[in-house]
Amino acid sequence: MIKSNLTLSRRKMIGSLAALAGTAALPMPAWAMGKMKEPIRNGMDQLSGPEVDLHISSGLFKTGARSGHAIAVNGTVPGPLIRLREGQNVRLNVHNMLNEDSSVHWHGLLLPFQFDGVPGLSFPGIKPGYHFTAPFTVRQHGTYWWHSHSGLQEQMGHYGPLIIDPAGEDPIAYDREHVILLSEFAAMHPHEIMKKLKVSEGYFSQQKTTASDDYDFSGEDRRMWGGMRMMPTDIADVSAPTYTYMINGHGPDDDLELPFQPGERVRLRIINGSAMTFFNVRLPGLPMTVVQADGQNVQPVEVDELQIGVAETYDVIVQSNKDGTFAIAAEAMDRSGMAQATLTSRPGERAEFPALRAPPLLSMTDMGHGGMDDGDMDHGNEPVAAMDHSKMEHRQMDHSETQTAAPMAGHDMGAMDMRDTSLLPDTVKVGPGIDMVAMNPQDRTGFPGLGLDTVPHRVLNYRMLRSIDMDHDKRQPDREMQLHLTGNMERYMWSFDGKKFSAVGDDPIRFGYDERVRVKLVNDTMMAHPIHLHGMFFEVVNGQGHHQPKKHTVIVQPGSSATFDVTTDEPGDWAFHCHLLYHMHAGMMQTVSVEFPKAA
Amino acid sequence: MYRIITATLVLSTATTPLMAQHVDHGAHQMPGSPPAESKPVDHSQMDHSTGDAPAPTSSPVDQSGPPRAADAIWGAEAMRASRKALYDEHGEMALFWFQGDRAEYRVRDGDDGYLWDVQGYYGGDIDKFWFKSEGEGSFDAPIEDAEIQALYSRAIAPFFDLQAGIRQDLTGPARTHAVVGIQGLLPYMFELDAAAFLSDKGDLTARIEAEYDQRITQRLILQPRAEINLSAQDIPELGIGAGIDNLELGLRLRYEIIPEFAPYIGVEQEWKLGGSQDFARTDGEDPSVTNYVIGVRFWF
Repeated sequence: MIKSNLTLSRRKMIGSLAALAGTAALPMPAWAMGKMKEPIRNGMDQLSGPEVDLHISSGLFKTGARSGHAIAVNGTVPGPLIRLREGQNVRLNVHNMLNEDSSVHWHGLLLPFQFDGVPGLSFPGIKPGYHFTAPFTVRQHGTYWWHSHSGLQEQMGHYGPLIIDPAGEDPIAYDREHVILLSEFAAMHPHEIMKKLKVSEGYFSQQKTTASDDYDFSGEDRRMWGGMRMMPTDIADVSAPTYTYMINGHGPDDDLELPFQPGERVRLRIINGSAMTFFNVRLPGLPMTVVQADGQNVQPVEVDELQIGVAETYDVIVQSNKDGTFAIAAEAMDRSGMAQATLTSRPGERAEFPALRAPPLLSMTDMGHGGMDDGDMDHGNEPVAAMDHSKMEHRQMDHSETQTAAPMAGHDMGAMDMRDTSLLPDTVKVGPGIDMVAMNPQDRTGFPGLGLDTVPHRVLNYRMLRSIDMDHDKRQPDREMQLHLTGNMERYMWSFDGKKFSAVGDDPIRFGYDERVRVKLVNDTMMAHPIHLHGMFFEVVNGQGHHQPKKHTVIVQPGSSATFDVTTDEPGDWAFHCHLLYHMHAGMMQTVSVEFPKAA
Repeated sequence: MYRIITATLVLSTATTPLMAQHVDHGAHQMPGSPPAESKPVDHSQMDHSTGDAPAPTSSPVDQSGPPRAADAIWGAEAMRASRKALYDEHGEMALFWFQGDRAEYRVRDGDDGYLWDVQGYYGGDIDKFWFKSEGEGSFDAPIEDAEIQALYSRAIAPFFDLQAGIRQDLTGPARTHAVVGIQGLLPYMFELDAAAFLSDKGDLTARIEAEYDQRITQRLILQPRAEINLSAQDIPELGIGAGIDNLELGLRLRYEIIPEFAPYIGVEQEWKLGGSQDFARTDGEDPSVTNYVIGVRFWF
């Protein structure tokens, strides 16, 4: 058993910076010098204080039987947990010991845009052998993370957790906490993964439909999907066995063990730091009370399972009054594998992990044909509140609102137009990069995630998230805009509004200072995209009225829409992108340019 | 907005050295000791709301130009290379791909033969340089047919590329052809490659190839394949008659050890038809040939 090397008891906080300071008299660690001779360590240390130093280096990483080249920060994958306190001043020093440019983006942090860490957008990047300092005052609290924004380094291990304790009493009561950082490790180089995705549709899937599969899927349905040149198994672009799914840098074979004592309120800070994987997280036999989403406290809601999109975070409280051992099971959305850890009050005992469930298939709803009423999934919450459209600028009217839901049957799909580009607004550039247009995209913030709509227990969805605070900004949106998430699965092209970042880099989405904007994201693809806005939180329009939750990343379900309101009070240029790493790399990114405030 | 940036840019360019990154002398610097001082940006020196700029209107529609906020902080020169890299890395990826669709040994009546059918490309999502080569022959005889094509390929639809270029025949009376064709994926997942050829002798011919992958398991794949060659005129020196020149129907069963490498076995039936059949008979050839094939499909 591998004991968690990061057990944080609230009563007994570790002052781990001392460890780093103490090394001054010792020989220099390899990670401070670049290429590491000894293997990268699985797991992470903790750094805190007014000055934090991260050294990025590379070396050999191993988990279970799999090993390969990886990028480590301060000698570990994940890199160190940075622990800060709200209100403090901090200088985050990033030392690049690689032989290529690097960077760190502080995911979810509010700070001046020039320290946001996106090379080419917020700063010039960090050249090999150089360091970069981000000095700022911490003005928030919660669970966040950090990662490289250079090339595909994030896939190789360049990420870590970031926790900010509140300035005063934490409104969330807990006795013990564990970081659950979910990620993947692949021995294959990310450039190789990207090429395979580009040239060979479905390359990584071992769950494709075949003449001998076990899918409950009629011949008629199979022909229909073939007729559309789409694969109903396109749920994860990259998956196991190429990926080993990890918790805190440990694959399932590492038997990661996290302790608890009976009666303790244990806070799990779940961070999806993976490049491409949505996880279904559950602890069979132990309900989770969600208390925070994307670093923002929410009204406690008890569930048995939740799906966490790439780059999202959820804090949950679990509590067992009895001695026991529980599986922390984080199953990949396509059910190809699982990240595992044991939560136990009996040192040395390993949990029984649930078997992987049968892989789900995409449905007509995922093609944007409406149908499926997510109202059923609503756990006692009101449906999405109707906007007051009379106050809105309606340049880009939502076409779907005037249509009734398309018939579910779909058996005459051959006759249906999967790509009626006349449904798209003029802002979308139609071309080979768009293989589908959602005919009747519905708001699916009430959808718990692919494959979790049919499980026999309580699953989180966005409509269940109610912020603690009321009315982050009382204003009604000044204007409304619509952005289409577009793609071509076969060619592996991904974009916003049919335009790749390389085509719109000089033509950003512009916001005035302190505007209040409603942004509707329409997903014209059959994949779920986790859309992340740097620098600002937005509020997901989820029917919670005065308690819309603030988030930094929102999943837009396949063939569906999601809407957020944002107050654009953080001036500068910010990245706005799909957080599936290879989608971003293919061009699914834009710049959000917020005007600087006017002269007083 | 743009003028504000320009104003701050001048200011910041002057202060750039203060903000420059400092080299880490990893080999000399002890860990734990303070790193070389990297100056934080002094915001007091960069008033983004200087009064001499016109007050921007609240409507973002009035703003224009590329996003250049970082230039005002770090200097336009410092940002240039990383900005170019950012653009290139987010959508401008160019790839090289090579595929041996069929590389096989053919067992048949008379001398056994061989066949290759390869293609590849270099390029981005929309524009590519595409090349193809096909050839076949019998052992103990000169090579029968061989050709190479060099094409410009442009994505014109979600599933189709338009291709145009030249084809050079390498055997027989060597000819050069102009090529126009389409390649892509038909509904129901049929791979299609159809092209018309106009030779330097003025002969017009066409070729249509279609393949379908039926997965039996994740790795075992049955591939029916059809090819039809057409000609607008008799070409006696090539043994081609006007109309349908020949038809090939094949069935190959491959096993993907990895997707990139899949050995296969199969059978292919060729018929020469119409005028081509007559030419074949005249030359003492059998117009109907059955090939039992063993080969490998690969790509990288």
